[in-house]
Amino acid sequence: MSTAQIEITGLSKRFSADAPLVLEDVNLRVRPGEFVALLGASGCGKSTLLNLIAGLEEPSSGTIASPKAAFMFQDASLFPWLSAQANVELALQLRGASKTDRRSEAARLLELVHLSDAAHKRPHELSGGMRQRVALARSLAQNRDVLLMDEPFAALDAITRDLLHDELQRVWRETGRTIVFITHNVREAVRLGQRVLLMSSRPGRVVAEWAAEKQDPVALTAEITTELRKEIRRHAA
Amino acid sequence: MQHESTLTKAESPSRPPAQLRPEDDRALEKGLDNLQQETRVQSSWKSSITKALLPVAALVAVIYVWQMYVWIVRPRPDQLPGPLDVFGTLGTLWQSGEAVETVLTSLQRGVVGFIIAVVIATPLGLVLAQSRILRGAFGPLISGLQVLPSVAWVPAAVIWFGLSDATIYFVVLMGAIPSITNGLIAGVDHVPDQHRRVGHVLGASRWELATRIVLPAALPSYVSGLKQGWAFSWRSLMAAEIIATGGTLGFGLGALLDQGRQFSSMSTVIAAILLILFIGIVVELLIFGPLERRLLRRRGLLTGGSR
Repeated sequence: MSTAQIEITGLSKRFSADAPLVLEDVNLRVRPGEFVALLGASGCGKSTLLNLIAGLEEPSSGTIASPKAAFMFQDASLFPWLSAQANVELALQLRGASKTDRRSEAARLLELVHLSDAAHKRPHELSGGMRQRVALARSLAQNRDVLLMDEPFAALDAITRDLLHDELQRVWRETGRTIVFITHNVREAVRLGQRVLLMSSRPGRVVAEWAAEKQDPVALTAEITTELRKEIRRHAA
Repeated sequence: MQHESTLTKAESPSRPPAQLRPEDDRALEKGLDNLQQETRVQSSWKSSITKALLPVAALVAVIYVWQMYVWIVRPRPDQLPGPLDVFGTLGTLWQSGEAVETVLTSLQRGVVGFIIAVVIATPLGLVLAQSRILRGAFGPLISGLQVLPSVAWVPAAVIWFGLSDATIYFVVLMGAIPSITNGLIAGVDHVPDQHRRVGHVLGASRWELATRIVLPAALPSYVSGLKQGWAFSWRSLMAAEIIATGGTLGFGLGALLDQGRQFSSMSTVIAAILLILFIGIVVELLIFGPLERRLLRRRGLLTGGSR
């Protein structure tokens, strides 16, 4: 068995002592350089799981072993007073990069997401898709092995999303990051992930797993959709 | 042709959508970028001239009505002089050097008082914004002081400091500090939580979080606090100058007002009011207006502004 980059064992989470369990006995191993898509209906605690991995929240029980991770949110969350380039440079600065390195590195990262022309624009001047690409460049600027993505393309239109899928896959191949990608969109999970994990809701648990590579995406999408619907129907009563 | 494309589509149903060659992809992306970006509407020079001319036209109209009233109703000149008389008085004040002296005296006090207020209020606001306990204890007091007309401090200040510049500055500070402090607190309060989360994820230390993220995010609110603080210092200054005259005090615009009253010279009184108004407008137009607009425009928060 290869070494795991992220190792989660017996993880449970509740937000207060009398609150219901959000996550129950989650076990997860992610190999270095792996692209894992975490799929679940709304309210299944998948964002909580990601926040726990990122260290934004503390587990109630169980352990998480993960290196410090870069994070990408559903909204780009760029700082509106900084240009695209300065947003990326700030991440580099907080990482401790020297001033001369910051400029060239930010330019390189913006080129990687095809945004060199927009480097000096401010977030409000960019489209939603462009903002997410700046956010991607910014999270790459952190230079961390693990990249956590919390439904980063959910708010985008279909054409832009398709394009960003291609772009993310390209960036993933070029940078060799370990990516945990959260989504409630089955097609997106199958399209992006090497491995697709299905989470149950209330409490959240990993209930099924598929290897998505070298599979017929249409058939796999249909299969996973059936499982997801079954999972959601359990809550009908 | 059409048949062919439907066929290819039907033949490969399992292929993921939009698998294009990289250069096609790049062009698609560029096209989308260009289509989806906000197209900036350049305001024409014509509309900006109209915008600048509107207040001038209003001013001319007011002076015209005033002059007509004086010509038709003929009020006593010591009750309401006409605009021409007032402009005459302004001319005399200008020639004697009194206009420049009073304006400079008051403006210097206003600016110095305002700067001291900023130096005191900024750290005060930062501390109160950070500490929940201090905030709970002193927040209501500061909000209360913001409502209290600072002219109420004049008698106390005269007793403490006599007729000196210290009296004037004390009143100005009591007027300006609460506004600036509250502006900064409100700004820090309204920094979206998401900004802080991003800062945390990016690995910012507490100090970096405060200086690189919270303060820049709070800047627009801080600047509007500064603007209000200036307005309060200017008002407080005038009130203090009218009441506290003589002694070692220099001769400011408020003193000019008071002198006009004592000599029953209505044209001097109106001239002094016009000078006070003029300074207020100039500071707003030259300093705070552009500063605020620039800040908001850079953040995309200026929506079709009317100013």
